[in-house]
Amino acid sequence: MKPVYVDNNATSAVAPEVFEAMRPFLTEEYGNPSSMHTFGGKIHRNIESARAAVADLLGANDPSEIIFTSCGTESDNTAIFSTIRSNPEKKHIITTKVEHPAILNVCSFLESVGFKITYLDVDNTGMLDLNELQSAIDHNTALITVMHANNETGVVFPIEEIAEIARTRGVVFHTDAVQSVGKIPFALNKLPVDLLSLSGHKLHAPKGVAALFVRKGTKFSPYMIGGHQEHGRRGGTENVASIVGLGVACQLAKKNINDENTRVRKLRDKLEEAILKKIPNVRVNGTTESRLPNTSNVGFEFIEGESILLKLDEKGICASSGSACTSGSLMPSHVLRSMGVPFTYIQGSIRFSLSCYNTEEEINYIIENLPPIIERLRLISPYGKEGKK
Amino acid sequence: MWDYTDKVKELFKNPLNVGEIENPDAVGEVGSIICGDALRLTLRIDKKTQKIIDAKFKTFGCASAIASSSALTEMIKGMTVDEASKVTNQDIANYLGGLPEEKMHCSVMGMEALEVAIANYRGAPPKKEMIGEEKIICKCFSVTDKKIIRAIKENNLRTVEEVTHFTKAGGGCGKCKPEIEKLLKEYWAKESTKEVHFAEAPKKKLTNLERITLIRETVEREIRPSLKADGGDIELVDVDRNKVFVRLLGTCMGCPAGGFTLKELVENKLKEFVDQDIIVEEVKE
Repeated sequence: MKPVYVDNNATSAVAPEVFEAMRPFLTEEYGNPSSMHTFGGKIHRNIESARAAVADLLGANDPSEIIFTSCGTESDNTAIFSTIRSNPEKKHIITTKVEHPAILNVCSFLESVGFKITYLDVDNTGMLDLNELQSAIDHNTALITVMHANNETGVVFPIEEIAEIARTRGVVFHTDAVQSVGKIPFALNKLPVDLLSLSGHKLHAPKGVAALFVRKGTKFSPYMIGGHQEHGRRGGTENVASIVGLGVACQLAKKNINDENTRVRKLRDKLEEAILKKIPNVRVNGTTESRLPNTSNVGFEFIEGESILLKLDEKGICASSGSACTSGSLMPSHVLRSMGVPFTYIQGSIRFSLSCYNTEEEINYIIENLPPIIERLRLISPYGKEGKK
Repeated sequence: MWDYTDKVKELFKNPLNVGEIENPDAVGEVGSIICGDALRLTLRIDKKTQKIIDAKFKTFGCASAIASSSALTEMIKGMTVDEASKVTNQDIANYLGGLPEEKMHCSVMGMEALEVAIANYRGAPPKKEMIGEEKIICKCFSVTDKKIIRAIKENNLRTVEEVTHFTKAGGGCGKCKPEIEKLLKEYWAKESTKEVHFAEAPKKKLTNLERITLIRETVEREIRPSLKADGGDIELVDVDRNKVFVRLLGTCMGCPAGGFTLKELVENKLKEFVDQDIIVEEVKE
């Protein structure tokens, strides 16, 4: 049976068009784009078209503002280290408590070597207080790094306003947009973001390719030091096939972004509404006012996430959870904890994240199979009887 | 994705003995929804034979917590209370064909619920497993030094990471890791001197008379002073081969920690000073 895949914020299927575009570069077209001979050198052009496609999806002015990297984590690391190396006199970074580990763990490393980090709070809907951001900025602030959309809840931060604040105060602004590129339209020619990370495998390109947007005029210092590739801004022989794949994925994303915001959004809403209607003691984690169209994070009271996931897995449904047992640590998700999700719900939080490949039949299948799973686990739980209405 | 054994998967998919016994003879409740797992164990015990004739569980937790709880109820059905009191977390893990290292705390939760249930059966009020002198080391998961040392001892743990897998201590904010490290160092330092001591003077086989004298001396010298300090006392009632019968007096009577005092303190001391095989049993009026 084909799995019902609703874990697209973890990773997404490689689009067939993407795979076909990559194929020649994994077979006959194996040359090195840096070579002087035509066989290799001509491949340079394929990389540049991919760069143009990425820039086009982001609404960037100039393809040269795109640097290809190996993953979202590398893009995030590059953005932070480049900024602090380029502004060596400043030792303060502002971020949020709900960032991805690729930001948070870099910040805590920098803290250990003497940087001051401000971690902005979120309220119980997952939103920021921009006054808190305003008052955190001082003459020592090198960087503001705030994610665009949260990977766990889908909550979208107002990066337009943050970018405006950063520009007014003269601070570099980076946003981790790994979850939002392809789901929310961008116009970087108007939006004053200095640095932006995106990752291929979240938008139907393969794993192992990503990009960092660096606005022209932003001081830059490479993270991966090596050859002259990417104009000396990122050393290492290009991952040609995957870069070509990312280019095609961005073209497809531009085409599908309307579908994401209409049909996919409707499917997500249908799933969420059915869950709220059919199952007692359920809550949606994160605001529904400012949220990705594909993501729903729901907390089921009195039961634990890993159990829910494994029961869903038996039915061929792939989702994920913010519970302690699934987070690889013993604490539940830092995002849900920062939001103050009640402790009776936090361990039973499940994330459903859809893509344009999901169908109405699949959503109906989930709606049919989820309620008995929750009921069964509540029967096993010592707190279950409190969950009955 | 965890690498669960078929037995774990089977008992998660179709758990046996789910539920609650009405008017149970013993109840053991451990864990909490905040900590991420909790277990409520209820037992039906035949007063005449002291046999556990039924056991049921309700568990909040992951697949391995549910499977561990179900395994525990299967294992102890048919055992006497004394036999059940010797079930360890390792026994539960073995029954399941093993658990991932990071999930060993699920088997520890099973053992603890059983201990609380047995203490409850023997007269201690439920939900009181704290002892005055214990110190909370891990604030995130409320794990005491006593629990950590016990896990170190019973499972031969050598690293902080292993302690976290078995007890969860150190798995939250991680601030207590240096303290766990210290407990590990202290424990193993003490153990190594013990080993040397034993190697130098292997104990010769005691006559019955020597044995009883040694038990009496140990109770007087090693056990009574610490109990008295807390307003309690102990009386040696009888010795039958490796079984030592004692009666708890003063504040020790009906103390919620009674089950622990006996097992931990008296038995450990007698094991240390007299014989590794000694089993302590409490005599009640």
